[in-house]
Amino acid sequence: MLEFELKVNGERYAVRAEPRKLLCDVLREDCRLTGTHVGCEHGVCGACTVLVDGRPTRACLIYAAQMQEREINTIEGVAKEGKLSPLQQALHEAHGLQCGFCTAGIVMTFEAYLKENPRPTEAEVREVLSGNLCRCTGYHNIVSAILDAAAKT
Amino acid sequence: MKPAPFRYHRPGSLSEALGLLVRLEDAKLIAGGQSLAPMMNMRLVTPAELIDLNAIAGMDSISERQDCVEIGALARHHQLASSAVIGQHIPLLGEAAATIGHYAIRSRGTLGGSLAHADPAAQLPLVAATLDAEIAIAGPRGERRIAAREFFVSLMSTALSPDEIIVAARFPKSAPRGRHAYLQFSRRQGDFALVAVACTLRDGRLTIGVGGVEDKPLVFDDLGSIDAATVAQTVRERVDPAENPRVPALFRKELVEVLTRRAVQKCLSSS
Repeated sequence: MLEFELKVNGERYAVRAEPRKLLCDVLREDCRLTGTHVGCEHGVCGACTVLVDGRPTRACLIYAAQMQEREINTIEGVAKEGKLSPLQQALHEAHGLQCGFCTAGIVMTFEAYLKENPRPTEAEVREVLSGNLCRCTGYHNIVSAILDAAAKT
Repeated sequence: MKPAPFRYHRPGSLSEALGLLVRLEDAKLIAGGQSLAPMMNMRLVTPAELIDLNAIAGMDSISERQDCVEIGALARHHQLASSAVIGQHIPLLGEAAATIGHYAIRSRGTLGGSLAHADPAAQLPLVAATLDAEIAIAGPRGERRIAAREFFVSLMSTALSPDEIIVAARFPKSAPRGRHAYLQFSRRQGDFALVAVACTLRDGRLTIGVGGVEDKPLVFDDLGSIDAATVAQTVRERVDPAENPRVPALFRKELVEVLTRRAVQKCLSSS
């Protein structure tokens, strides 16, 4: 067992976990932040995507023990004081989600991507979105929502 | 699935990492972990000791030298794809890196990890071999350098000894009027390529690299012609893809010919 501190959404969590425990499992089980979803556990589906030092990262492909001294951001920290982020609001308005399982990963991916590329083309959005599987929507409304969010900010 | 138990080590320097690698039994290095972690999650790999290289400072730098660009082994794919120095001097590398996996994978995966993993369909081994890059390796006997074309031995097998660590790769700068193209065919966005073709044209000479077809990247630089159809036909005849029930060898040969022709045409027409 290792004992270490994780910094998630600006708050510190004391964690006691085996080295093999994946970041996604520590977030959900130890930090009780269950907004990060775990899908495929091999980096394909994108549901567990969180930010590590601002960069989107698969939380199923890193061990929590590797994240000491890193800044982690999860979906729980995106809405500020109960107000959805422009991207979340756009997904809500464009019906960009149905069951919501993939949504946290999509929001985290594009919170980072829109900072890097604030005015993406539809093709660029689709290329980045290819890293997040959604089995409900057929993606069209997600793409529209992301483009709406980009146009409004 | 969850990985099997392992002991975790986080050396703060290269010499400390080399020391651990010599001392520990059944140890594996982890950099970005974008290939290793899935294999560990599926328990295809179950190392007793995991040595995390991410705390070693300065191993992710991209430095322009007189004739080459030296890239630290911990440089992430996204860094390669977005670096101005690489865009200017080794554009083939930047373009190929932008096609690796997905956005989040590129944030984490590293140059050194991809070279050491040596997937025969991966972008970075193919580009390193095509551009005749040199790989710098640290070991208990000091540092050595090896040509990328000699580094890749077979399927996920390299000239790296178990006690060595890749520290950097040096890519020659492209010629002032050089041309390049990178094309790949994969079934879905972000999948490994069924066939990938990297192509450079400098001083009237073509170099064609082909990935995904045999057990390591193939490089052809004695093609004699720069006629796209002729070169594509020659390369098609010289590759020997394995028969696979899901990807027939004939299909891969077709892809090699089509992608090579398009890559050469792109080199000849771009300015």
